[in-house]
Amino acid sequence: MQLSFPIAPFQARGPLSSQLLTALSLPADGSGSSLGGFIVATAEALAQCQDIVNDDDLQLTLFLLYGLHYGDVVQSDAAWEWHPTTIVARVAIEQALESTLRSTVPQPALPAPSQDAVARALFSLTIDDQGPSLSRYLARKATAEQAVEFIVHRSIYTLKEADPHSWAIPRLTGRAKAALIEIQTDEYGGGHAERMHSSLFADTMRGLGLDTRFGGYVDQVPALVLASFNMMSLFGLNRRLRGAIVGHLAAFEMTSAIPSRLYGDGFRRLGFSEAITRYFDEHIEADAVHEQIAARDLAGALAEDDSLTLPDIMFGAAACLAMDGWVAEALLASWQSGRSSLRVPLPESAARPLAGTAVAS
Amino acid sequence: MTPAASHPPVTITACPDGPLLVRGDVEITAPGGPIPHTRRTVALCRCGVSMIKPFCDGTHKLVGFTTAPTDPAGSGS
Ligand code: FES
Repeated sequence: MQLSFPIAPFQARGPLSSQLLTALSLPADGSGSSLGGFIVATAEALAQCQDIVNDDDLQLTLFLLYGLHYGDVVQSDAAWEWHPTTIVARVAIEQALESTLRSTVPQPALPAPSQDAVARALFSLTIDDQGPSLSRYLARKATAEQAVEFIVHRSIYTLKEADPHSWAIPRLTGRAKAALIEIQTDEYGGGHAERMHSSLFADTMRGLGLDTRFGGYVDQVPALVLASFNMMSLFGLNRRLRGAIVGHLAAFEMTSAIPSRLYGDGFRRLGFSEAITRYFDEHIEADAVHEQIAARDLAGALAEDDSLTLPDIMFGAAACLAMDGWVAEALLASWQSGRSSLRVPLPESAARPLAGTAVAS
Repeated sequence: MTPAASHPPVTITACPDGPLLVRGDVEITAPGGPIPHTRRTVALCRCGVSMIKPFCDGTHKLVGFTTAPTDPAGSGS
């Protein structure tokens, strides 16, 4: 039987992603020659790489490799998920990404390993974060085209919202596991598919005339946006990094409620309807709950029960803030110089941000 | 099964410098009638500045809201 799969709806960004995309359209068994030399090529690319979070070929390759575990990124022979070559290459790239993050993200001071001290340290870390503010820009200045670009960048994570952190569920125990379940249950709509946060986000995209298929806009987003999703997958898929994925979620939730209001304000200012802003409106209330649970019952309890995770809880939180800051900086730099923040323009058929008609509905 | 066993008690957690976290099956009412809520755990504002009262919207963090006892002699715990 000859398996064959449609080619991916996006382009390769260099020799590694090109070889991988071709291989993924072929069966994984047989000679395996479609990935011949891939591990060596990966090692060479890593040896030459200067700036891994902005390296298009490596980030797309890692995104594709993690995508084998999530599904929906490219259609391929399911056997590629655990093919030794894909695993070896993935581990090599993710270790390089981790070591770059550890050397560039400032490690916050460690609080005492108690629930209260950890929660306070996380709240003060996130409130002191003086990164560039995408949410204030969206609220006050962004054009309708820029608001749509923002949604396109966000879609890489948000159409899979909560999934990278769910990898951590079986890797935690006791109180921390229960707290993560409490947050994720809400993220997944309390058991109602149409209320899953990823579905609410898809509704927003649909309302803007955007394609809601996962990965539909991979070509449009820079390496950095793929890196921010890859970082979550790295933290979530490695049990040894369970502290980091917990810290990441805590910082993510703590920097979401207030910005969500500003994002909603921005879309309202531009004349978009409640159908478009519902995702953000929902997150104001939801994340004000989640940040408390994440800080105390998840991160705080994990630090108390498994104190070896404490440095990584703080590292994961700091990495979340740093990565969000880098992405915000890149988007704002494009917009402030009058350029699009997308790598390639949206297809003609997509995204007609007709604010006037949206508000009339 | 007794009613008590099928309905675990409602708990209210006072979050330091933050909202009251209410877990359990509660109805929230206001002079105009019940306030709809879909999530099982809600955060009720106790700083007074939320724009979505009675729910917390995280703004307490921006206004320096503190629940620490003001009288140092009273800080027993
Ligand atoms: S307690 Fe959070 S906004 Fe008032």
